[in-house]
Amino acid sequence: MLRIASLYTPSRAVAEDVVQETWLGVLQGLDRFEGRSSLKTWIFRILTNRAKTRGQRERRSIPFSALAGAETNSDEPAVDPSRFQGDDEHFARGWASPPASWEEVPEDRLLSTETLSKVDEAIAALPEMQRIVITLRDIEGWSSQEVCNLLDISETNQRVLLHRARSKVRRALEKYLDTEQDEEKAPA
Amino acid sequence: MSQDRTLSCQELVELVTSYLEGTLSAPDRARFEEHIAVCEGCTNYLEQMRTTIRVTGMLTPEQLSPEASSELLHAFRSWRS
Repeated sequence: MLRIASLYTPSRAVAEDVVQETWLGVLQGLDRFEGRSSLKTWIFRILTNRAKTRGQRERRSIPFSALAGAETNSDEPAVDPSRFQGDDEHFARGWASPPASWEEVPEDRLLSTETLSKVDEAIAALPEMQRIVITLRDIEGWSSQEVCNLLDISETNQRVLLHRARSKVRRALEKYLDTEQDEEKAPA
Repeated sequence: MSQDRTLSCQELVELVTSYLEGTLSAPDRARFEEHIAVCEGCTNYLEQMRTTIRVTGMLTPEQLSPEASSELLHAFRSWRS
């Protein structure tokens, strides 16, 4: 909830206020909840309404759909084009430097605090809409439909944002894991 | 299958999210899977994407600050009583 509230508000403190107001609103309004939507949807509607009111007062003026448009209208390859062969080479646009398998990477290294902090950093560095979409989808576990409804963006825009976000996180992970392997191979 | 209908590796990496989301058309899905079946680089790439999603999912959702939690708990207790 704090994450969602933060999308609309300028600071963490305001977002925390909004979450708190939301729970109070839920408690006070529970009698009026008629079960026409799921409880989750109802609670999030209260949350986003309060967050929007606070956000309008304190910051946000650009709608998500406009931001999503701005982040998806330029070309952005998932993988550095230099890793593919040129058009006139034998395997045109095939891998020149193919990605390695991660099957041999031990699970405890993959899920180590250090690896997770690299992923966290990569997500923090994403443009706003990509960050929001990957957070809701891959951390909070929302469905694409729920994300589209919340942000009022199209299915296609949602998918492009998710694709760009995941591609960048993969690149960061590949860079980190490759460097680590090289260091291990190097003689002490 | 004619040559111009096959996917290159560079095209395939742009379709990975649509593939995982299940939004590719049946013919595109077939072309994707035919390519993966014979290409080690793209097999690894798809596996890396799946791993990336799994690792991202291990990040814990943010926690409320202790102050905010205790205020909420207080409000909840007084509401109950």
